[in-house]
Amino acid sequence: MFRAALRLSVSGARSLTRSRPQYTASVAARSYSHGKQETDEEFDARWVTYFSKPDIDAWELRKGMNTLIGYDLVPEPKILEAALRACRRLDDLASAIRILEAVKDKAGPHKEIYPYVIQELQPTLSELGIPTPEELGIDKA
Amino acid sequence: MLHLTAGRVGGLLSRRGVAAFSSSSVKMASHGHGEVTEQADMSVPMYWDRLDTPLPDRPYKDTLSSTDKSLKQKEKGPWNNLSKEEKLALYRMTFKESFAEMKKPTGEWKTVVGGIFFFIGFTGLVVLWQRYYVYPPHPRTLDEEWQAMQVKRMLDMRVNPVEGFSAKWDYEKGQWK
Repeated sequence: MFRAALRLSVSGARSLTRSRPQYTASVAARSYSHGKQETDEEFDARWVTYFSKPDIDAWELRKGMNTLIGYDLVPEPKILEAALRACRRLDDLASAIRILEAVKDKAGPHKEIYPYVIQELQPTLSELGIPTPEELGIDKA
Repeated sequence: MLHLTAGRVGGLLSRRGVAAFSSSSVKMASHGHGEVTEQADMSVPMYWDRLDTPLPDRPYKDTLSSTDKSLKQKEKGPWNNLSKEEKLALYRMTFKESFAEMKKPTGEWKTVVGGIFFFIGFTGLVVLWQRYYVYPPHPRTLDEEWQAMQVKRMLDMRVNPVEGFSAKWDYEKGQWK
């Protein structure tokens, strides 16, 4: 999720020329009093695996997306990429566009998140031919 | 009676055909009153537009025309082959309102505030009517004349002469201090 952005900018592992938005999002979604805390990477990996299932069905896609949107976070681009590819396997362009709309809504007042996500997803969007809501003009009522 | 277990009842129902029970809610709701507004059948997957649940249980349009069906076929191929209008059409087939349309302000607040003012105004009229038709005659003890006589009597009686009423009256000069 977006706390990854902080770590990446610190480690300098990614390209330094691209300015990353800084977030002070709180750590992990769950607070158990016992047991191991799931790290961000584990969370992301789990969701990428979920959407990457080759024979994912429409119900699983809907359930996955609705659950993911229910969390208090904006999903990482890699999770969204897996979800968009799942839409492709299910021949569902409309849901792919809906997912992008939902991501923009999840970002709420943080207007810099959505452009960043779209930027990260651009190769996938071009490859699969998924238009952004802005391209279709449905981002304005 | 006791022999009729749940399983038997279930069997009876299935034999009669569950069709009768899954009939449209319009029939179920109309107790012969005539016209009843169509109620959503909640026993089948529903459509919704919700920000927090972006993908509803069914697409918006479930009965597709032949053009829609052929577009759906085209959707199975590469999406880069679709024109922008076709992509938009596919979106609108599956979804009723876009997120922007869902979040559009309704202007309901104007109705609410207008309603508030209207009812306050109406209440004002009611109060006014009350003043003329409900209230009993004005008590004469509240007339200017009576009140003046009352004040004079209180001063003559030296009501509260130390710190209260009469203490504020200057008896030499015959006026309030």
